[in-house]
Amino acid sequence: MRPIATTRIAAGIPTGRLAVWWVVASEIVIFGGLLVSYIMHRLARPEFAEQAAHTNVWLGGFNTFVLLTSSLSAVLAHKAAVGGDGPKAAKLLYATCGGAVTFLVVKAFEWTAEITHGYTITSSTFWSFYYTAAGLHALHVIAGAVIMLIVAETAKRNLELHRVELIGIYWHFVDIVWIFLFPLLYIAK
Amino acid sequence: MSEHAEHAEHEVSYVKVWAILLCLLVVSILGPFVGIKLVTLITAFGIAIVKAYLVAKNFMHLNIEPRYAVYLLVTMLVFMLLLFAGSAPDIMKREGRNWVKPAVHAEAQAPAHH
Amino acid sequence: MAESIPADATHGHDDHHHAEQSFWSKYVFSTDHKMIAMQYMFTGMAMGLIGGFMAYVFRMQLAFPGIDVPGYGTVTPGDYNALITNHGAIMIFWVAMPVLIAAFGNYLIPLMVGCDDMVFPRINRLSYQIFLLSAVVLIISLFVPGGGFGGAWTAYPPLSAKAEYSLTGLGASFWLVAVALEFVAFLLGGINFVTTAMNSRAPGMKIFDIPIVVWTIVVASILFMASVGPLIAGAVMLFMDQNIGTAFFDPDKGGDPILWQHLFWFFGHPEVYVVLLPAMGITADIMCVFARKKMFAYKTFVYTMFGTGVLSFTVWAHHQFVAGIDPRMANIFTVTTLLISIPIAEMCFIYIATLYGGSIRLTTPMLWALAFVAEFLIGGVTGIFLGASGADIYFHDTYFVLAHFHYTFFPIAIIGTFAGFTYWFPKMFGKMMNETLGKIHFWGTIIPFNCIFIPLFILGGAGQHRRIYNFQHYPELAGADMQDLRIFATTSLLVMLAFQLVFFYNCFISWNKKQKDAGKNPWNANTLEWTAESPPPHGNWPELPTVYRGPYEYSVPGREEDYFPQNVPS
Repeated sequence: MRPIATTRIAAGIPTGRLAVWWVVASEIVIFGGLLVSYIMHRLARPEFAEQAAHTNVWLGGFNTFVLLTSSLSAVLAHKAAVGGDGPKAAKLLYATCGGAVTFLVVKAFEWTAEITHGYTITSSTFWSFYYTAAGLHALHVIAGAVIMLIVAETAKRNLELHRVELIGIYWHFVDIVWIFLFPLLYIAK
Repeated sequence: MSEHAEHAEHEVSYVKVWAILLCLLVVSILGPFVGIKLVTLITAFGIAIVKAYLVAKNFMHLNIEPRYAVYLLVTMLVFMLLLFAGSAPDIMKREGRNWVKPAVHAEAQAPAHH
Repeated sequence: MAESIPADATHGHDDHHHAEQSFWSKYVFSTDHKMIAMQYMFTGMAMGLIGGFMAYVFRMQLAFPGIDVPGYGTVTPGDYNALITNHGAIMIFWVAMPVLIAAFGNYLIPLMVGCDDMVFPRINRLSYQIFLLSAVVLIISLFVPGGGFGGAWTAYPPLSAKAEYSLTGLGASFWLVAVALEFVAFLLGGINFVTTAMNSRAPGMKIFDIPIVVWTIVVASILFMASVGPLIAGAVMLFMDQNIGTAFFDPDKGGDPILWQHLFWFFGHPEVYVVLLPAMGITADIMCVFARKKMFAYKTFVYTMFGTGVLSFTVWAHHQFVAGIDPRMANIFTVTTLLISIPIAEMCFIYIATLYGGSIRLTTPMLWALAFVAEFLIGGVTGIFLGASGADIYFHDTYFVLAHFHYTFFPIAIIGTFAGFTYWFPKMFGKMMNETLGKIHFWGTIIPFNCIFIPLFILGGAGQHRRIYNFQHYPELAGADMQDLRIFATTSLLVMLAFQLVFFYNCFISWNKKQKDAGKNPWNANTLEWTAESPPPHGNWPELPTVYRGPYEYSVPGREEDYFPQNVPS
């Protein structure tokens, strides 16, 4: 039922992948807008840096490790899909989802600790940005994990294997956003 | 599909890239302990840029993608720089010729301790 | 860019038979780009009626302050603010964008590039559903306790963030959610337009064989996708300020209201080019057909369009000249703003050069296209005054600004729509519209339009302030006591609204089984959509076309006919 339109490649990149690049481009400016706003405050107000000292760099670092590893399993899933091995790709995608869940669980603990210590979203502008940026990122992690599960379920049966790469690209983007969030939110001067 | 040798190479490469990323992560966490602001800046943000580059190039395969995909993404980043450049003169100041931000001044005087 | 022209199956959907579709799957849950286009078109036009009604009400209040407006009642200050806020938001987000980009884009792009549907039909359907939801949420926002949001379409905090200032706290949150949903809908839709135009072109259709209207809609979608991000971030922040008590924009607690302004206008300025470009594209295609002439400097037009798009990201703070921004930045933004008038002027010159020496046929679509250029020029020229920060210090927040942007937005949203609609009506509905009624509607819209807004330039020049519901109460903000001009403007609006009935009547009698069929190509045009049936079936063609030349080969010397369709082998 796929239209012929979807199968044409006049621009040199298969349609699905081309679309994912556009999605990534529009997400860059969404996170970019938020982070530019944060960076302007962070650079101009030393008080921000003081607040940043209260974030947990070890948990943040661990989460960075988790996401980097999940990116590895995502790209290995792509390699498996390219080789035609749907079930293996699905397994690796499940592992990536496992990474996502780990990330979210750690974040839940982290936030609980911070909130009980009195650092809520309304405590100061720094904390407002902190929860908003990390929260928006976490929403993208959740959405990515859900889509990844759906792709994995289909890939298991060796169907729609090209989608493994597509969700992988999105996942790497989510990883890159965190690569920048980590120093911005956790590493105090 | 015909590049089996390349595939084997790629598999080693992915894990190698991951290992490099982890090393960089460790460096970026340890950087602030040196105590010098410039070192922290480089290890925190310089490394972030390198890590992002490695992920984009090797995991997202932007190195073999048609060039215009890279141009598209870089253009978005340039627009973000533009946003920064156009807004920073207002947002990063705490007072102008005819105005002040009293709350920001107060924050500087007595930072909130929780 | 590697141009792979695959030897694909050009056969459409003749290899599987569609069971007779139910009403729901054919009209409501369709994934066919043409049906989705119609859904966007009619929703957009319905919202246009609502936005127009709002204009009627507040113009009646301005002309006859305190009056009991027929069909509405008394206009309180809160009512007035909600009316102007939602008139602006509706016209831009729920009329101009859905009609010009989503409706025309959805309808035309697959047909003009020669494929059978958009690349992601189900995402296409989803984008319309989200858009419809956004319209519903907006309408709901008008009726929640407290009333519709009254903080102007620009929603500056702290007014928009604090319910105790705006008095419309709940309405403000609903409004913001509606806008956010609309953005998501257009992000999804935009991906379809760009990817289809890039990848799904017919074999033989190279980059510069693409009709201008496809170019402009695609570039508009790209501009939208690249610019809306910061405002989405800002909307999330504003929503939290409104409802959770964060202080992103609250100066009392360390926030910065100017941050919202920068985030808003960083999107807000490219947004006007997002709506302008499709209208310019429609105008260009119509002019070529009815001047029987190839487009003058087609490639230059495309490059200029890219240049305008990029430049549009460098001018935004001209909306903030008097907001207290750094005056040195104001200087920079003045320069960039004045610079951006050059490529647009160049595109207008290209129009004129296209017409020059042509064999002009003054059909209704052509009249609309010509009017677009004439009226938009007035809007553009008056923008120069506003782009110069020195002059803007006087003009900002006066009716001069209002008249300027109506002289740009009205040609874009209304004239552009009527141009496209009257031109493609035969393709969409299979019948011709009545030319006489079309011309009556045209003049009955254009003349009153000028009669509404030229007085507003005069009022603005005299210093009349925007967003004031009753100048009797605030005479010092009125500039001068020119109540006659206000009454004249309102009366002209009533006349213009009355003439829209002619348009609806024309649609009603034209779209009628008893009318003569329009045939495939009533205008003798070159582009691919005119080779399909009128209206095209699901899948558009039984066999997808191949392209042999560009879209503007009119009056080619040596040919018997004065047009040379793209799909005809030499």
